[in-house]
Amino acid sequence: MEEFKFITTSSPHIHSGESVQKIMFNVAGALLLPTVAGIYFFGLRALLLVITTTLAAVLTEAAFQKLRGKPITVWDGSAVVTGILLALNLPPGLPLWMAVVGAAVAISLGKQVYGGLGMNPFNPALIGRVFLMISFPVQMTTWINPVDGTTGATPLQMMKMQGVSTDYTKLFLGNIGGSLGETSALMIILGGLYLLYKGYIEWRIPTFYLGTVAVLSVLLGRDPVFELLSGGLMLGAFFMATDMVTSPISRLGKMIFGLGAGIFTVIIRFYGGYPEGVSFSILLMNAFTPVINRYTVPRIYGEVKVR
Amino acid sequence: MLKTFKGGIHPPYNKDFTKHKPVETAKLPDRVIIPMSQHVGAPCDPIVKVGDTVKKGQKIGEAKAFVSAPVHASISGRVTAVEPRPHPGGGMVISVVIESDGKDEVFEGIKPPKSLGELTPDEIKNLIRESGIVGMGGAGFPTQVKLSPPPEKTIDTVIVNGAECEPYLTADHRLMVEKPYDVVLGLEAIMKATGVKKAYIAIEENKPDAIEAIKQVIKGKEGIEVAELATKYPQGGEKQLINAVTGREVPSGGLPMDVHVIVDNAGTCAAIAGALKTGMPLVERITTVTGTGIKEPKNLLIRIGTPFSEIIEQCGGFKGEAGKVIMGGPMMGLAQSAMDVPAVKGTSGILVLEKKDVALSEQLPCIRCARCVDACPIHLLPTTLGKLAEKGMWAEAEEYHALDCIECGCCAYVCPARIPLTQLIRLAKNHIIASKKK
Repeated sequence: MEEFKFITTSSPHIHSGESVQKIMFNVAGALLLPTVAGIYFFGLRALLLVITTTLAAVLTEAAFQKLRGKPITVWDGSAVVTGILLALNLPPGLPLWMAVVGAAVAISLGKQVYGGLGMNPFNPALIGRVFLMISFPVQMTTWINPVDGTTGATPLQMMKMQGVSTDYTKLFLGNIGGSLGETSALMIILGGLYLLYKGYIEWRIPTFYLGTVAVLSVLLGRDPVFELLSGGLMLGAFFMATDMVTSPISRLGKMIFGLGAGIFTVIIRFYGGYPEGVSFSILLMNAFTPVINRYTVPRIYGEVKVR
Repeated sequence: MLKTFKGGIHPPYNKDFTKHKPVETAKLPDRVIIPMSQHVGAPCDPIVKVGDTVKKGQKIGEAKAFVSAPVHASISGRVTAVEPRPHPGGGMVISVVIESDGKDEVFEGIKPPKSLGELTPDEIKNLIRESGIVGMGGAGFPTQVKLSPPPEKTIDTVIVNGAECEPYLTADHRLMVEKPYDVVLGLEAIMKATGVKKAYIAIEENKPDAIEAIKQVIKGKEGIEVAELATKYPQGGEKQLINAVTGREVPSGGLPMDVHVIVDNAGTCAAIAGALKTGMPLVERITTVTGTGIKEPKNLLIRIGTPFSEIIEQCGGFKGEAGKVIMGGPMMGLAQSAMDVPAVKGTSGILVLEKKDVALSEQLPCIRCARCVDACPIHLLPTTLGKLAEKGMWAEAEEYHALDCIECGCCAYVCPARIPLTQLIRLAKNHIIASKKK
């Protein structure tokens, strides 16, 4: 019989075919839904903003890796996701050079300084966004109205400053002022459901996050539907709190993460100086993730309770 | 309601290659290589020497220790070597090489024992031991040892493992379809030997013909029923099976007898039935020869000790470029480096995968997606264990229950970053066990 050289790696010998790239590009694909809504409502400048941040994120990653003499891994798709996510979190009229700064900070300070993919404790896109909010507070809070392109307030600002609510249908469809990708709850939910169906995000975090905000709103005498549909909550709950790298690994940990993010969001929205608190809430819970992981190690099969 | 456990995966089962193919008897091998260790426990001492003539069923390796099992000649012929040979389980093992005389004569000492009704429990256990019967699912634990728990461990349930959850393999499936009487007879012997009144034959629901065949045989028999299991890997893992069928959990570090259960493979039961009917010890078994890299996949009844090369030749040889030859299934089987290793008592399958199916992939960093956490049937944190193993933090790995890993492979199967988690945890286990021995 003919002799072959066989591969003798250890078991298992088959693989699911799942890959980091597949996950990242599916997430990016799902993000296209709110992106399209943003372009529909805010016009070409929104498209330009998304392209800018995505390119800037990818180039920053490549440049950083080149400088560090590491293999360039931009094809894994993670920088693309960060780039798109950042754009979705920015005011559609933001000057493009500021968006570039945001993307560069997101990738460099938010991800690469920690060692790159999988090592970052905080969601890189949110690091970029918070950096911009602190650096350019005026431009980062200049919102344009979808209909006429004039500047105006977001529904959350109107609620906070004047106590004025906004029509549910508008909130749901997205023809309101706000960040590029946060306005259309409908498109975000569709994208989120796609990812849930494909198993690329996990249901516990968005469910507990949104559920906590809804329950606390009712308890504190606010309108839960308005709270759920306005601001960055939907986008945050489906696309940022669910970031695998920066959220807990155990099922219980995911529930705690969602609960915590919900509590922080409500505190900032109702009692804080900012009208919106989703970015800060998720970043705060990112910081808690290692601790949550430490204390939510699942009971293993056959583990005997200490008597 | 189908019985099942928490965690696990649904890999493509790929059983269609062979699940409808009746078992064929392989041609008598020209030469067999019979390792003195085909079981968990002490190896046997060879009791034949070069030049001796032996016959089928004759004992050639004596088991002295309690945890051990004798081995027997599987063909008649002349002993041409007693020396270390490569073993499919890895390493070199003292083996007896027999050249066939082509006559396949049965050893004179082989006689059918008394009927099961007349045998005492101790006689049954002795018959099982002397027949060299070990767990046929792959682990190879001596069966008689399993049936002789210390007196303080009471047994109330026997489970026959007919789950066959490994993709590709159909040996147990065909056995249950074609010889359900043997499976049940073997089970009855185990029940009598242990005095247990309650037994389940556990089969995944993707084998309806096997479930039907077994149900026909157990009709009217007291205390035996079929447990239909959900099709999920590793449903046939001993701990998962016990949990699915009885709801009990084997304590960490413990054995099935700690929860009053004995689990035996369907193939093991059939081997016991063989010894009961003819007195012939374990010298042959059904093995599934399959995979994308095999021309004619088959279920073959082979003699123990037949070289892989001969078995593969009888299935038309390799198809395309063979990338991996595996003893067992794709999830837990052992990749072989050469084709001259023999099939042993635990060879449930020989799986050949084409090179394109086993191409090595680049490993990426963990993105903490927790797929491994959801898949682990023991509810470990494979990603954490993998990281600890990479850093050599063995004590911490032990705290995270590395030793409870059953090495089923689910974590590595689902990992999108292609981190060899199972291998890393295995490494940690080896280090932890080695440090305990010091």
